[in-house]
Amino acid sequence: MIEISALTKRYGNYTAVDNLNLSIARGEIFGLLGPNGAGKSTTILMMLGLTEPTSGSVTVCGIDATRNPIEVKRKVGYLPEDVGFYEDLTGLENLLYTAQLNGMTMKAAEDRARHLLARVGLAGEADKKAGKYSRGMRQRLGLADVLIKSPEVIILDEPTLGIDPQGVREFLTLIAKLSHDEGLTVLLSSHHLHQIQEVCDRVGLFVKGKLLAVGTIGQLSQELFSNEPFLIEAGIDNSSEVLKEKLAGIPGVLSVVPELGVWRIGCSRNAAPDIARTVVESGATLNFLKQNQYGLDDIYYHYFEKNGTALSAAS
Amino acid sequence: MELPLALLRKLSFPRVSKRSASMAADPFRVMVRKEIADHVRSWRFIILVILIAMTCLGSLYTAVGQMAKATKADDPEGAFFFLKLFTLTDGSLPSFTVFISFLGPLLGISLGFDAINSEQNRGTLSRLMAQPIPRDYVINAKFTAALIVIAVMLFALGFLVMGLGLIRVGVLPTAEEFMRVICFLLVSVCYVAFWLNLSIFFSIRFRQPATSALASMAAWLFFTVFYQLIVNVIARVAAPSATSNPLQILKYEAFVANLLRLVPSQLFSEATTTLLMPSVRSLGPLSIEQVYGSIPAPLPLDQSLLIVWPQLTGLIAATVVCFALSYASFMRREVRSR
Repeated sequence: MIEISALTKRYGNYTAVDNLNLSIARGEIFGLLGPNGAGKSTTILMMLGLTEPTSGSVTVCGIDATRNPIEVKRKVGYLPEDVGFYEDLTGLENLLYTAQLNGMTMKAAEDRARHLLARVGLAGEADKKAGKYSRGMRQRLGLADVLIKSPEVIILDEPTLGIDPQGVREFLTLIAKLSHDEGLTVLLSSHHLHQIQEVCDRVGLFVKGKLLAVGTIGQLSQELFSNEPFLIEAGIDNSSEVLKEKLAGIPGVLSVVPELGVWRIGCSRNAAPDIARTVVESGATLNFLKQNQYGLDDIYYHYFEKNGTALSAAS
Repeated sequence: MELPLALLRKLSFPRVSKRSASMAADPFRVMVRKEIADHVRSWRFIILVILIAMTCLGSLYTAVGQMAKATKADDPEGAFFFLKLFTLTDGSLPSFTVFISFLGPLLGISLGFDAINSEQNRGTLSRLMAQPIPRDYVINAKFTAALIVIAVMLFALGFLVMGLGLIRVGVLPTAEEFMRVICFLLVSVCYVAFWLNLSIFFSIRFRQPATSALASMAAWLFFTVFYQLIVNVIARVAAPSATSNPLQILKYEAFVANLLRLVPSQLFSEATTTLLMPSVRSLGPLSIEQVYGSIPAPLPLDQSLLIVWPQLTGLIAATVVCFALSYASFMRREVRSR
């Protein structure tokens, strides 16, 4: 559905997006992850033809987004970051306006708008002024606004920003359900990792304009932590150097990072029994022992850390 | 005020009208309709309408009071009795034309100063940009809608003044007088459109509506107050001595007049004076030879139009330049969310 090849965007000397290659399949929920200022929004703007790439190309639904942005916008719904509505119009009127801009008749627009408002759980608020909506309601109205043109692809820029945890879960479940029901391709960007971890089929990690890794979360952690597939957390009320050396001496243990109360031990095999024995024999108290799977957080920090050290080394 | 507002709302934003229910409207017309609805429903516009309507009625009242004194037997404009409704004054209140030249900029500025930046600040611009419409629709629709609102309002006021004058004075306007009034109203629309475009341009340049409003007001004040002062200073410095060649004096007079004409309000007042006072034969100095032998008779409409043609062109050109500037800067701008 979305093909991005060798996409680059420069603002003066600053490179916002650097030689990006990405392809997203139909019906997929793709998460674009990265810290603020990584170039996620710029990439999205280029997908919609709202800004011109310095070089490279973006094709959405087989249409060149730079050359033919209007055709692309017919098929793509875009929910900008921190979306706004005309505050003196009601939620329904806001949707009707968008529908009419997409060439829908008033009759069809009203039917679809009411249907979508019910779908996103705003049926009771349809005739309330949009200025009176809460942040979460506005976001849901935004989703209805995106869907009213019956798009093939929806692009959501930071859709979970500023909503409470309960709201985020509901919102993401809604997106996943809609995508599943209507066969939508969804691209969402975020810097909240675990939030989108649950709904995304694949994620792309975006740092400083570069796509560092793409894949399912399982693939990514395998790829990244191939040398340290097991992470064991041990609750130890002790931080002696002796114990650290002892633990590091266990065959298969690759790294030992003592933090306050919790030690993180990276291993090439499941060394939990040996670790437990070593800790107990050394006389320290072992509060708990837990084998962790690498989450998106770890992936993120791993990359971010690496990137940070690379940067400081360069300077 | 809730009731009339609700009524206006129904009038200007029909839920499902018979015509639009069956066929899809052109996006541009949808946008213009929404912009007009926004203007008409805004308090800002309602306040301005009340202000302008009251001042115009006030000026009409003084004009009607002066009518009897103003008509003299040997007046070359005696045939254009009706036009005096727009130009007469007893000194306590300015005439209709002066009011328009003073309040028109205010109207234009208030309709345009937050055209683009408020959409941006509310986060609606990026949502609008994501719809399948050409980008220039946004700015074109803003301009068209405001222009329609201004035109309707000025014509309504003009006709209101004419109608009330008709009832009060009881004299019918001739066809030519009517055409002159129409021309005057068209020139007024152009004049207000200039200020509208200037403020739209500022609304694109400045992120804060307050800044763009202030910038527009500053431009307005500069042109109405300070520019004249500056020209006066220049004129005094450049003035030839009283004994110099008449040709030189003539040149000097033309120079000062042209300096003044750089200001849209000057162009507007020259144009309206000529249109509403048919006895005005020239806007520059006339030599005795030129006037000698001429009969003090009013000019026909086409001759009056010929005199103000440069002024009219200048006004329209200034409007177009402002629009082109805002168009160019809007099209090149990258629209991000908030």
